[in-house]
Amino acid sequence: MRGTQRSALAAGVLGLAASGLAHAIEWNLQPAASAMAADIHWLHEAIMVLVTVIFIGVFSFMFYACYAHRKSKGHPAAQFHENTTVEIIWTVIPAIILVGIAWPVTKVVIAQKDTSSPELTVKVTGYQWKWGYEYLKGEGEGITFISTLATPREQIEGKAPKGEHYLLEVDNELVVPVGKKVRMITTAADVVHSWWVPAFGAKQDAIPGFVRDLWFKADKTGTFRSQCVELCGKEHGFMPIVVRVVTPEDYSKWVGEQKKAASAAAERK
Amino acid sequence: MSAVVDTHGHDHSHEHGHGHHGGYGGIMRWITTTNHKDIGTLYLWFSFIMFMTGGAMAMAIRLELFQPGIQFFNPDLFNQFTTMHGLIMVFGAIMPVFVGFANWQIPMMIGAPDMAFARLNNWSFWLLPFAATLLVLSFFMPGGAPGVGWTLYAPLTVQMGIGMDLTIFAVHLLGMSSILGSINIITTILNMRAPGMTLMRMPLFVWTWLITAYLLVAVMPVLAGAVTMTLTDRHFGTSFFNASGGGDPVLYQHIFWFFGHPEVYIIALPGFGVISQVIPAFSRKPLFGYASMVYATSAIAILSFIVWAHHMYTVGMPVTGQLFFMYATILIAVPTGVKVFNWVATMWRGSLTFETPMLFACGFLFMFTLGGMTGLVLALVPVDIQLQDTYYVVAHFHYVMVAGALFAAFAGIYFWIPKWTGKMYDETLGKIHFWLTLIFFNMIFFVQHFLGLAGMPRRIPDYPLIFETWNKISSIGAFGMGLTQLLFLYVVLKCIRSGPPAPAKPWEGADSLEWTHLPTPVPYHTWETPPVLK
Amino acid sequence: MNVKKENRRLSLRLAIVALGMFAFGFALVPFYDQICAAVGLNSLVEKSDRPANSQVDATRTVTIELDSNTATGLPWQFRPLLRHVKVHPGEMTTVEYEIVNTRSERITGQAVASYGPQFAGEYFKKIECFCFTHQTLEAGETRRLPVVFVIDPKLPRSVNSIALSYTFFEVAGRDGKS
Repeated sequence: MRGTQRSALAAGVLGLAASGLAHAIEWNLQPAASAMAADIHWLHEAIMVLVTVIFIGVFSFMFYACYAHRKSKGHPAAQFHENTTVEIIWTVIPAIILVGIAWPVTKVVIAQKDTSSPELTVKVTGYQWKWGYEYLKGEGEGITFISTLATPREQIEGKAPKGEHYLLEVDNELVVPVGKKVRMITTAADVVHSWWVPAFGAKQDAIPGFVRDLWFKADKTGTFRSQCVELCGKEHGFMPIVVRVVTPEDYSKWVGEQKKAASAAAERK
Repeated sequence: MSAVVDTHGHDHSHEHGHGHHGGYGGIMRWITTTNHKDIGTLYLWFSFIMFMTGGAMAMAIRLELFQPGIQFFNPDLFNQFTTMHGLIMVFGAIMPVFVGFANWQIPMMIGAPDMAFARLNNWSFWLLPFAATLLVLSFFMPGGAPGVGWTLYAPLTVQMGIGMDLTIFAVHLLGMSSILGSINIITTILNMRAPGMTLMRMPLFVWTWLITAYLLVAVMPVLAGAVTMTLTDRHFGTSFFNASGGGDPVLYQHIFWFFGHPEVYIIALPGFGVISQVIPAFSRKPLFGYASMVYATSAIAILSFIVWAHHMYTVGMPVTGQLFFMYATILIAVPTGVKVFNWVATMWRGSLTFETPMLFACGFLFMFTLGGMTGLVLALVPVDIQLQDTYYVVAHFHYVMVAGALFAAFAGIYFWIPKWTGKMYDETLGKIHFWLTLIFFNMIFFVQHFLGLAGMPRRIPDYPLIFETWNKISSIGAFGMGLTQLLFLYVVLKCIRSGPPAPAKPWEGADSLEWTHLPTPVPYHTWETPPVLK
Repeated sequence: MNVKKENRRLSLRLAIVALGMFAFGFALVPFYDQICAAVGLNSLVEKSDRPANSQVDATRTVTIELDSNTATGLPWQFRPLLRHVKVHPGEMTTVEYEIVNTRSERITGQAVASYGPQFAGEYFKKIECFCFTHQTLEAGETRRLPVVFVIDPKLPRSVNSIALSYTFFEVAGRDGKS
């Protein structure tokens, strides 16, 4: 029922958001910031159109029957209860449509799993209830930090007005360069967590004792926000993920600052 | 599915009136009863009480989510509510309500005097109140009830207090009750049919229960195994799900969903059966494609064993695993589609009337299919990876569980209550109950699709500001739906106490044995001499 | 009565099916390990692998990223001496990790290995690894832990980096049993 007008309306919502109206009513997928997310959006739109058409088709029969074949209108009941031809048709046609769906999806699934040849590898560890990042390989190698919720307790308890990025702000953001393939290795120290950035179409559970990986390649700069998406105990709702995508130059500058800060800290010891 | 019945002897059942309750009166009658009708009634009331309990927790959840920030419940308690809401609704409300229908209807529909094992039947029921008590008691244990979600994922379960152990025992009891009940149902259906009631002449409701009962016997023990492993991991030093001892947390999810996906159909199939009785009755037309309904139901049941990992696309499976489970999941849409088409074709060119049972059946058809459509969206791995563990999933499965199973249960209660009590419910109030439930249900859950798409994770007690509008609407809908169910209670009580006497056959198009060959209200003992179907 | 007998027989069969399914739940545990081993997932409990074919494939290099984790509660510092090494498939390589017990008491730990991408584990042949045994560290002790491995030349060409990750867990009171 929603699919067809969705693109148009989604564009409208996007426009609103872009024009700086805070907290416009979100009702579709967040704007894509990677080719993978764009593919997912496209798949979602396509399948929504398809199921909407099927849904309307099937239920126009039901509602027509509800309208025209009522007893109060004096409609006599037909007594047919079988029709092999029709039954075969409505088994085979959906099967064909479904094969048609499976084909384009398979390509995206395979692309999504291809974590080879990354330009930057970052490990993310889920803790109860914060994220730890460690730059394993590529520019910035060796940088490590913990990323925790920055929203003050007073805002959560209603003792202070809530800020714009309520529950979606952290002390240390993950910083990555734009246009580079970033591979994230996920793991956890205690229970299962799940790392997700909707704008990149990337989600992967973080499982204690095991590593899993995912990749993304952001195609625009900006700050992208999300939250842990696997129930991990009391503070599950309070461990956001914030990724800042910057230009390669800014990224190098950021790496330089981090290194300087690290060596300063080491000297102080 | 109408069968010609030789009625010799059925009047005989008249001679046993009420008051023939095995010698006990009062509460002891209910504790000791082995009568399938009494036990059916017990199941139905039990599930209603659990429905209200689970519903109260849903109200608490929606109250906390009415606005951003933590207002009423700390996050720990919030997690306990989401966990218990799920467990109570699935195991306490939806499953028992259909077992209640099975107890009442199956013997009457197949011409059997009672269930095959009457005493076992009593025992299957009386396990439930103990299990429910354990679940509720867990709130009062140190550390409270488990706050791990109804899926009880390891290794979070290891961190929980003693409430977790109570829950595990409760799940064991519930599982045992289901298995015993299912053995009873299968035996009754296979061995106790009246002469001439061949398998392919059974009402579809009986068929769906036969298949459901097989599913239960196959998967409830697997769940019992999973929670037993959780228990030994917690207390006896095993490491089934603990990486440091050579286990794997993901293994729990595999075992759980090996149970969990067939469980979805355990909940849905009896509802399909009820709908397959109701729609033909109010269309005054035989069910379209009876045989293909039976085959489609069996196909759904078999396929349900090979799709479990579509609940786990984000755990990091190999790509071949993801593709296999995606194709298998998509395949389930075919038999499910066949069922929907058959129902619509049954209505087509019928002579339709829209009493409350039919309204609920149409509501079921429309919204269950909507839930099926979002299921197809979620079957696609890349889209699912985007939507996994968001409110989109919450909306999807509530469309299937509430608009599917619960609406079917309401349809069944309104359909059969005249037969059971001999009294008519208030049609106007019934219709109001339907429309309010429909409107409020969509108010709660339709908007949750938007929340999920926009990225709101499930099971969080507090949320970013962009999600506020939809959550408010959803919460208001939830309070409305909760209150509406009190109206349902009123309708049922009014019917039992002061409903006008029901005609012998209130529904013109109903054609199964209990309508065509038993008086209304139905006597305490029926089919002591089996009918002979020619 | 005949029906009663029939009923009893059928219910007995169904009860056996139920019991069988309960056992099946447990059978899934070794079954899952077998599948994981077969497709190279996780590879937790592993024996020392002798390479079947030690021919070095010098036409390509694979980057091995070394990663280390300690589970919450284990007061050890655990790090690889090198963050990554480049190797040719078939070439025997040694890398070293270091653990430091920062607590003033004796602690036993066990490391668990994991690979990213997971299927790479199948091609990761470890000849010597500290993860095969428990490690017991005295208070304040520092220990170097070598890993000797060969990447199977059958590794698909599309894979050019593998993360080798270890997580150390505390073995609490369960010493000698793994």
